[in-house]
Amino acid sequence: MSEADLFAGREDPYRVGRGGGNAKGATGHGEGGPSPKKTVASYGFWIFLLSDIIMFSAFFATYAVLVIRTAGGPTGAELFEQPRTAAETACLLFSSFTAGMAAVAAKREQVAASEIWLLATGVLGVGFLFLELGEFASLIAQGAGPQRSAFLSAFFALVGCHGLHVFGGLLWLGTMMAQILVKGFRPQIQRRLACFNLFWHALDIVWIAIFTLVYLMGIKH
Amino acid sequence: MLGKLSWSSLPLDQPIPLVAGSSILLLGLALVVWVVVKGYVPYIWREWITSVDHKRIGVMYCVLALLMLLRGFVDAIMMRSQQAIAYQSPGYLPPEHFNQIFSAHGTIMIFFGAMPFMIGLMNFVVPLQLGVRDIAFPRLNSIGFWLTASGALLVNASLLIGEFARTGWLPYPPLSELQYSQDVGVDYYLWAIQISGLGTLMTGVNLVTTILKTRAPGMSYLRMPMFCWTALATNLLIVAAFPILTATLAMLTLDRYLGFHFFTNSGGGNMMMFINLIWAWGHPEVYVLVLPAFGVFSEIISTFSSKPLFGYRSMVIATMFICIVSFTVWLHHFFTMGAGADVNGAFGIATSIIAVGTGVKIYNWMFTMYGGRIRYETPMLWSVGFLVTFTIGGMSGVLLAVPPADFALHNSLFLVAHFHNVIIGGVLFGAFAAMTFWFPKAFGFRLDERWGKWAFWLAFIGFYVTFVPLYITGLEGMTRRLQHIEVAAWYPWLLVSAAGIVIMMAGAAAQLIQLIVSIRNREALRDETGDPWNGRSLEWATPSPPPAFNFAVLPDVREQEPYWAIKQRAIEQQDLGPAPTYQPIGMPENSSVGFVTAAFTTVLGFALIWQIWWLVIVGLVAGFVLFVIFTWMDPQEREISAEDVAVADRRRRSAREAWLAQQGEAS
Amino acid sequence: MTDSRDASTQGAKEKAPGEKAQGNDGDITKGATSYVIGLVLAMLMTAASFAVANGWAFVWQPGIGAALIALAVGQIGVHLVFFLHLTTGSDNTNNALALAFGTLVVILIVGGSLWIMHNLDQKMMPTMPTMP
Repeated sequence: MSEADLFAGREDPYRVGRGGGNAKGATGHGEGGPSPKKTVASYGFWIFLLSDIIMFSAFFATYAVLVIRTAGGPTGAELFEQPRTAAETACLLFSSFTAGMAAVAAKREQVAASEIWLLATGVLGVGFLFLELGEFASLIAQGAGPQRSAFLSAFFALVGCHGLHVFGGLLWLGTMMAQILVKGFRPQIQRRLACFNLFWHALDIVWIAIFTLVYLMGIKH
Repeated sequence: MLGKLSWSSLPLDQPIPLVAGSSILLLGLALVVWVVVKGYVPYIWREWITSVDHKRIGVMYCVLALLMLLRGFVDAIMMRSQQAIAYQSPGYLPPEHFNQIFSAHGTIMIFFGAMPFMIGLMNFVVPLQLGVRDIAFPRLNSIGFWLTASGALLVNASLLIGEFARTGWLPYPPLSELQYSQDVGVDYYLWAIQISGLGTLMTGVNLVTTILKTRAPGMSYLRMPMFCWTALATNLLIVAAFPILTATLAMLTLDRYLGFHFFTNSGGGNMMMFINLIWAWGHPEVYVLVLPAFGVFSEIISTFSSKPLFGYRSMVIATMFICIVSFTVWLHHFFTMGAGADVNGAFGIATSIIAVGTGVKIYNWMFTMYGGRIRYETPMLWSVGFLVTFTIGGMSGVLLAVPPADFALHNSLFLVAHFHNVIIGGVLFGAFAAMTFWFPKAFGFRLDERWGKWAFWLAFIGFYVTFVPLYITGLEGMTRRLQHIEVAAWYPWLLVSAAGIVIMMAGAAAQLIQLIVSIRNREALRDETGDPWNGRSLEWATPSPPPAFNFAVLPDVREQEPYWAIKQRAIEQQDLGPAPTYQPIGMPENSSVGFVTAAFTTVLGFALIWQIWWLVIVGLVAGFVLFVIFTWMDPQEREISAEDVAVADRRRRSAREAWLAQQGEAS
Repeated sequence: MTDSRDASTQGAKEKAPGEKAQGNDGDITKGATSYVIGLVLAMLMTAASFAVANGWAFVWQPGIGAALIALAVGQIGVHLVFFLHLTTGSDNTNNALALAFGTLVVILIVGGSLWIMHNLDQKMMPTMPTMP
């Protein structure tokens, strides 16, 4: 075997005009050379999402430890409103669905359909935030703000952190919608849309944990 | 208007921080002025600041780390000298200073010294060893570096504006809560760590993706060099552990800024939850520090023993074992916090078990050396020094892992000696070994061997003279972080320790001299072929320094240690083989996104620390606007023509052919 | 020199996380199907969670917590499979392994913290009445 064999230069994603990576397809063992850019971008974002979920788990653990520390103040059972929680859950679940529909449309490079589904996602997301901010305002007005007790601190931090992520996601969504309108569906936009989808679905997954462990467990007794 | 900032924030009445801070500021300004006057700004901007090349970013990480290592070392000198003087005397550092110094020492050494150096190494070496052209996300890499630099800048700003935390390098509540730490010290810590932590997380994502998804064709997992395996484990740990740090520090920030009750004395707070969570991060963190060093030693020991690494598969298993088990031992950092014997026992046993992974590695390194033709050049000296020193440190660790023993030794100088033993013996020795080993690859010339050996011996001996006395005083009951000493029995040992730090200072000086002498003599030390150590992995197949695109054509990997096999066959056949066909290569263009982001986070961090709220809002809005602008720009790529690639590669081939001819004459 | 690897690289193409398996192009309903199924399943399980928590579902009271957790896990699974297209196929190994690692860490952190803090709580002196 010669040096030429060592440096056969196959499947080079940096070769000019190639479109990105190993189009022939790498197996999961990565022996076929560097993966295509779409895979690399999505996988990197997936890893980031896992780190984000671990961050949420730290807030969850803190909530679980502090939930009984109400310092003589109100408990979850006294404060949580089920209809609001149900509405918030519906908003996010349906927004996950509409985001998926947008992904389907984007794959077919249909600008109008994608924009409409993305808009629906955004509206539902805004609806979620509106409900949540309303809940926070109502709690604070009742004297059950985060400064009242450790339980409430943990609650506001956990739910608020999720809400902040939703807000960030909406900013991202708006930016993406504008970029699709102006630039169409070039590969970079598709990669980012794929990452956005991962993000949005992950937020709904975190919400499932929140509404189950915080709200529903709270009314259990 | 300026939040809590006022003239009294300047240390005009405190000589030590005033002098130290002003000196650093003046030196920095002088450097900037010199660069501008000499006309280097376009070069620095184009080749370094806006570079998205993993090699450049890796070097910048290492330079930042070495500078901060120096600053942390000065803190150490101050602590040792204070304790050498302050027996039945107040010493020269009042408590409120001494407390800032030990806090800054730990924070800087870990977050801005050891971590950036290891990350810089992984950044530089991993893509080369994997046989690819760059890391997975080059612009993200740049952002990650500059965020780390931003955090470092903020910590150093606390020397001149305000003060640093007095809580130790991990700000335990309730001391770190607003009630007991009203000044901005803890806030400096919180924001600097959060900002640089974000950068570290980006690196974690980047390197995990690179190692798992972008490797040269044919490089299956079991053909990766050992350094890449440890880099994978390290970055998995970063990705999994740093979010816990982010969350926990955020909770403390909420307590301090918005009156939350996570860890406060009142309102139902539970300060022990802070300690629990912070160490759930803290233990994986120490493996983040040491695993890259383990990888470095695997590379160096096999190269300088002229043998393949012994027990490759068991090394892989041991590495991933350490990665996972590191999440099951964290309570050993607070055995004395009041958990029951069952909890303490379980974590104590887990801690003893994790030592097995490292034990496997030590044996494998020794078996690699056994029967090999060993060359005791500087990198190998550091490696053997590591084997001895780290083993001792590990043993003291296993002693501490026994809860009843820990009850006597927790927070004593025995503990301090233990972790310095493993960090210096492992991480620092690994850093210097790696620096000597890969310096020629990065810069094209080797480091001076004589001064390298001096640097090693002084550091090695200096370490023992400094820290063995601390083991002894720890056993005699001396607590850590003491600003003055009342017990006569400890004092002689502290004097010995102070002498040790003088030896280490000489070692640091030797390192500096090594650098200067090597740069002066660089032509004599030039690395002509790109393979100065008779290396075994793919980075040695490139010229020194490698061109921007690393490899003219991506290597086709058929076995473990692909470069070694090719080299042996070339020597046998006295032939490099036919030249490959060259294609044009598209590399990512430079980007200022990293530098600009860091400029913003520095201003934003400063505004948050001093509670200059209008600036915070402006910063956030402007940050979002910049985000939109940067993401709107099309990704720039620059094309390197096939002819340019060919020219670079022909130069490489002719150097190799010359070397081959020499080999042929010799045999 | 022929390369026997050529044959194997034409095998299962690795999937990006979130990427659907190939062959689903064509009719829009085919692409949308998994999302519709996912939505319906998730809605059902969400409704079930609310029912269980409120005691309308005839679940033995002490078992409500476990039932809620089971339903939550189910909903997360629905999201992973139908929205994120994460399967156990060989083309998904890296994605699934990453998720498994993350899940392990979450379990260790949350479970470990709960065990430790509960243990500490039990051994602490009863707290004095706290100031608000």
